[in-house]
Amino acid sequence: MTKSATSSLIEIARSIGQNIAGPAANDVDEKARFPIEALNAIKEQSLLSAYVPQYLGGAGASLRDLSTISEELGRHCGATAMIFAMHQIQVACIVHHALDREYFRNYLSDLVNHQHLIGSVTSELGVGGEMRSSICAVEHDADNFTLVKDSTTSSYGAHADDLLVTARKSYSSTGNDQVLVLVKKGDFTMAQNGNWNPLGMRGTCSAPFKLTSKGNIEQILKVPFSTISSHTMVPVSHFVWAGTWIGTARSAVSKARAFVRGQARANPGTVPPTALRLAEVVPLLQLLRTSSDALLSEYERLISSDPPSEELSSLSYALKLNNLKISGSELIVEIANRALNICGVAGYKNDSKFSLGRVLRDAHAAALMVGNDRILHSNAGMLLVLKDD
Amino acid sequence: MEGKIRQILKDHGRLSIDTTKLAVDSDLYQAGMTSHASVNVMLALEGVFDIEFPDRMLKRSVFESISAIQTAISELKTN
Repeated sequence: MTKSATSSLIEIARSIGQNIAGPAANDVDEKARFPIEALNAIKEQSLLSAYVPQYLGGAGASLRDLSTISEELGRHCGATAMIFAMHQIQVACIVHHALDREYFRNYLSDLVNHQHLIGSVTSELGVGGEMRSSICAVEHDADNFTLVKDSTTSSYGAHADDLLVTARKSYSSTGNDQVLVLVKKGDFTMAQNGNWNPLGMRGTCSAPFKLTSKGNIEQILKVPFSTISSHTMVPVSHFVWAGTWIGTARSAVSKARAFVRGQARANPGTVPPTALRLAEVVPLLQLLRTSSDALLSEYERLISSDPPSEELSSLSYALKLNNLKISGSELIVEIANRALNICGVAGYKNDSKFSLGRVLRDAHAAALMVGNDRILHSNAGMLLVLKDD
Repeated sequence: MEGKIRQILKDHGRLSIDTTKLAVDSDLYQAGMTSHASVNVMLALEGVFDIEFPDRMLKRSVFESISAIQTAISELKTN
C-alpha cells in the first residue's frame, strides 16, 4: 500500500480517537459498556477491513499500520483500541492462512462491504487459560458441523458479528490437535454465563459465554491451529497489543507533560522538579516503542518469505515475542504510575483533566490478558534448552 | 536409537497413545505432545544421547516425529 494511503488510514484513526472514542471513553468505562459510537465510526471508515489485501477490496494495510492505528485509538480509549486490535488478529489469521481458499477470499470481500466485527473464542472453561489446548471438539458430517464451547472470556462476545473459535479437530483428537473455525452471524448463539464488572478495559465487554454454533465445514481453516498460533495469532497479538499499550502509555505521559508545562509557566525561568520525573518516564515510553518496532521488522521479514520462515516456530523466536509481552505489560504500568506521581493529586482525582484512574486501571489488564506468569513459566522451560549459541 | 527415543517419549512426551505403537513418522504434536512436554523431551534427549541441540534446531519440525528426532541426533553425532 502506498505511503499516502497508509497515512490517511492513520489520520482517520487519529480523528476517530480524538473526536469520537475519546469523548465517550469515560462513559464507556463508567458503565462498562461497548464503545458503540467508536466502533460505528471505525466501520463507516472501513477500518475493520484495513488488513484485507487490496485485490479483495481492502486497504492492504501493513501490520505496522494496524499497530499504529491501535496506538492512535489507544491514546483516547483503551477498550476501543483493544477491540480493534482483537478483530485485526482474527483478520490476520484468515489473511495469512486461508487466502488459498475461495470461501475465505469471498468472506474477506464481504468483510470489506459489510464491516463485520470478528470476535475471538479461544478461552475455555477447564483448560486453565491454555490457548493451545481445547476440550470442545468440532462435530461434523460430510458437509456441516456443530460446535459448542464454554468460554471464560470472549472479547466483546455479545457484540461480535462473526467469531473465530478454537476447538479440537474432532472428538478423537488430542487436546492440542486444534483447528480454527469461522462461525458466522445467524449461525450461533452466545449465552452470557456471568457478569462483566472488571477493574479496567471495561468497554471490551469480555464476559464468559456459552457458544452454540453450526456451519459448513468449509468454514474450518485447513491449516492446523498450532501453525496459525505460532505464525500469526501470537505474534500479531503481541504487536497490536503493544500498539494499544503504547497509546495508553502516551496518554498517561501526555497528561504528565501538560501538568509539568503548567508548572513551568507558573514560574518562568525555573525548571520544576516534576520536569526531572518527566525526563525519567519519557525513555520508558521510547523503550516500549522501539522494542515492539524491532521485533515487528523481524516478523515482517520472516512471514513474508515464501514459505514463511521456520524460525517463526522456533523456541528462540517464541522467547523473544514472549519477552515483548512481559516487558511491555510491565512498562505500561510503570509509565502510568510515574505519570500519576508527576500529576499528584490532580492525577488521582477522577474529575480532573489530569485524571489517570482509567489509564492506570486499563494498564493493569496488560499483564493479565494471557497471564504473565503463564508466559514466564513457558519462558523458564525454554531457557532450560536454549543456549544463546 | 529408536528404542531410546521411544522410551524418552513415553517418560516425558505425555502422549495420549502408546509410544510403542507410534509410527516413526507420526506427528508427535498431534499425538498430544505439548510445547511444555517437548522441552522435557529435548532435555532428556540431550542427557541420554550426550548431545546439545543448538538453538537453530530448537524448532517444531525437528521434534515433530521419531524419524525427525533420529535425523537431528545423527546430524549432531556425526559433527
